[in-house]
Amino acid sequence: MSEQKIDNTRRNLVVATCAAGGVASAGAAVPFVASMWPSERTRAAGAPIEADISKLQPGELGVYEWRGKPVWVLRRTKEMLDSLNNMGDKIADPNSEVQLQPEYAKNETRSIKPEYAVLVGICSHLGCSPTAKPEPKGDMGQDWAGGFYCPCHGSKFDLAGRVFKGAPAPVNLEVPPHAYLSDTTILIGEDKKGT
Amino acid sequence: MNGRLMALWDWFDARMPSAREQWNQHVAQYYAPKNFNFWYYFGSLAMLVLAIQIVSGIFLTINYKPDANLAFASVEYIMRDVPGGWIIRYIHSTGGSAFFAVVYLHMFRALLYGSHRKPRELVWIFGVLIYLCLMAEAFLGYLLPWGQMSYWGAQVIVNLFASITFIGPDLALWIRGDYVVSDATLNRFFAFHVIAIPLVLLGLVAVHLLALHDVGSNNPDGIEIKKTKGPDGHPLDGIPFHPYYTVKDVVGVVFFLAIFALAMFFVPEMGGYFLEYNNFVPADPLKTPTHIAPLWYFTPFYSILRAVPPLFNSVFPGVAMMGLSTMILFLLPWLDRSPVKSIRYRGMYYKTALTAFIVSFLILGYLGTEPTNVWGQCGAWLGGAERATVAARVFTLIYFLFFLLMPWYTTADKCLPEPERVTS
Amino acid sequence: MKGILSVLLAPLAAVLFSSLAAASEGGYRLERAPIDPTDIGSLQAGARTFVNYCLNCHGAAYMRYNRLTDLGLTEAQIRDNLMFASDKVGETMKVALSAKDGKQWFGAPPPDLSVIARSRGADWLYTYLRTFYRDPKSATGWNNATFPSVSMPHVLWALQGEKGLEVVETKDGSGHVSHEHKWTTISEGRQNAVQYDTTVRDLVNYLVYMGEPSATKRKLIGAAALFVLAVLFVLAYAMKRDFWKDVH
Repeated sequence: MSEQKIDNTRRNLVVATCAAGGVASAGAAVPFVASMWPSERTRAAGAPIEADISKLQPGELGVYEWRGKPVWVLRRTKEMLDSLNNMGDKIADPNSEVQLQPEYAKNETRSIKPEYAVLVGICSHLGCSPTAKPEPKGDMGQDWAGGFYCPCHGSKFDLAGRVFKGAPAPVNLEVPPHAYLSDTTILIGEDKKGT
Repeated sequence: MNGRLMALWDWFDARMPSAREQWNQHVAQYYAPKNFNFWYYFGSLAMLVLAIQIVSGIFLTINYKPDANLAFASVEYIMRDVPGGWIIRYIHSTGGSAFFAVVYLHMFRALLYGSHRKPRELVWIFGVLIYLCLMAEAFLGYLLPWGQMSYWGAQVIVNLFASITFIGPDLALWIRGDYVVSDATLNRFFAFHVIAIPLVLLGLVAVHLLALHDVGSNNPDGIEIKKTKGPDGHPLDGIPFHPYYTVKDVVGVVFFLAIFALAMFFVPEMGGYFLEYNNFVPADPLKTPTHIAPLWYFTPFYSILRAVPPLFNSVFPGVAMMGLSTMILFLLPWLDRSPVKSIRYRGMYYKTALTAFIVSFLILGYLGTEPTNVWGQCGAWLGGAERATVAARVFTLIYFLFFLLMPWYTTADKCLPEPERVTS
Repeated sequence: MKGILSVLLAPLAAVLFSSLAAASEGGYRLERAPIDPTDIGSLQAGARTFVNYCLNCHGAAYMRYNRLTDLGLTEAQIRDNLMFASDKVGETMKVALSAKDGKQWFGAPPPDLSVIARSRGADWLYTYLRTFYRDPKSATGWNNATFPSVSMPHVLWALQGEKGLEVVETKDGSGHVSHEHKWTTISEGRQNAVQYDTTVRDLVNYLVYMGEPSATKRKLIGAAALFVLAVLFVLAYAMKRDFWKDVH
């Protein structure tokens, strides 16, 4: 009986010490785990950028760099915008149900202002950067209405970054958080002006 | 659940029984004397610090840049921009000093209880090799922050090699890979600091422990517990290392970590002894700081170096004496001729000699941190020599006499009889 | 035993007490800087002085503007009140002056001040910034008692005014040389002596903060770590006692 009691004390002490030691070890691991996250320098380099779009001609594509990734700003013409409505059933997710855009860009044109498409130029398949093919037809075939084509695995997107059915890419191109600071300046990477 | 685990263990054990055998041989059934005291914590603490240095070192290399133009900035980058980086850096810088503190106490324990004596000569020799590796590791690592003290410390120490007759200048050039300490030096020091020496160090720790476990641990009475074995074949005065010394060492580890935390969180610079103030100035090859001192753990040897006067315009005698002062440690098991091992049964001669040695070591250590004019000048009757230099010479002499006279005074000492069994 | 102990402690005592009477390389006695790293108002004032007066020639290449949120400032406040040279709040405090220009103007490029407080120490900075004096012999017209033949002019002179300094050398009977510093006022500044001391105190407080921005947090984390270790120690000790009951 008494032996049993001693063993229980010892057991409890071992368990308690191991538990406290576990807490201490977890605490000691915190800085090591934390150090693997992006540093302040990386965060500063990944800060929102201001894109000057005043020089973009209708139909022209501007490429900007944000967090090391290309961000496209496409100034869409009337014809281009019309083409978005004539895609029929070629588009996999025509209403942008998958959340790859901020709420304010969840519409037919996937943009704040229909004229300007703001897209992260990285294929949603395996991270290649698609090539812009904004002209209809051409080497993309007779029924091509203009869009983006990924050379890696042949994914196709329309001029709002919506993916075609049957493409290896599963979802649409990402629309980054952005805001208009003025008619000619877009803040890419952040919604609100300042914080 | 328990049954499943047992089955998994059986599966493992059937395929790799050596895991269990090694565990038993070195931990669970390693019989250690039951009378270990305070001084016996420092071996396991040294292993702990080694582990701490390896882990924190790996995480520092993730953000450190071994490039003369980037190194200093990358250390400040770790201190400011990397999340938790300053903790990792302070762990490593405090760990460097803690390593030497623990190892010095561990070595002092050997001198107290005769742990270097037969049959543990090899354990001692491997230990001295570990100590030499540690010095190399500390010297190489100190260049990496690329501050003024890093730079000029490396410059001075590499130039010590240059004083060696004939081959010296070429040797120094070969070590640096340049005409001065430079980017080339930094790069190679980085490689040796982060991988070459640590590998050697780990190997030496392994053989240090293997050699120890073959002959068994010494104890504060300095008698062999293997002489009196019980009917089960285990020493009567021995207890299994696990669980008895594992639980005891845990207490020591926690206490040590508390002191470690106190240092790294509240006095990480330790008044300039762990991190020197001048090392917050980026290395400048054109401007030497007014006062260069090595970190505290090297200062006794630095004092010896400065104490020896140049001969034929060469500082080589000082360099040679400094080298000898560490190399002489290898001979200790054979210089010590005492019939007993432990200080408990040694006579006045050894006790006095050991005290004089420790005092000399500490004072040499202190003098090494200061400029040689710290105690002013002697009067004219001594030629106006610097008092600190005279003192350093006296204590250097005592340092060497401790070893050189050891065969004589340990033989002549009046020792007490050793007990048959350990005392508690 | 007592004798041995006192011999052992002598170097320690020497280390402790030698730091109390520190003097600069110029021989000028350093004054203790009355800084307080928890005084947010002082740190903010120091940051303002720093960006207004120091940052024109010196950089702080490792200090990011947005780190000043440590001092209770918002990013908008930092952008509006403290940023003149750069436009992004995540940038470091770079200097407009190029190293080449600096070398031409001052003989040596002004050093980066990110960790100046860690190499010089608060007391040195506090004394140094208060001991500029007019010296017609120097190129800039200024000299400093703490840092003789300094190449930096007295940037805060409009606040402190202009001082003159006369060093009187006296020899006592045993030939021991001592220096007496006699300060004179050549012109008054915008601040009186007490106000100027406060300005410098705040600036040095800020420089110390900037040398190690995580210092305050460090002590908090340290206290937490010590608490956890104390609990662990009690448990580990109890566990050891329990196991060692078996050993006789």
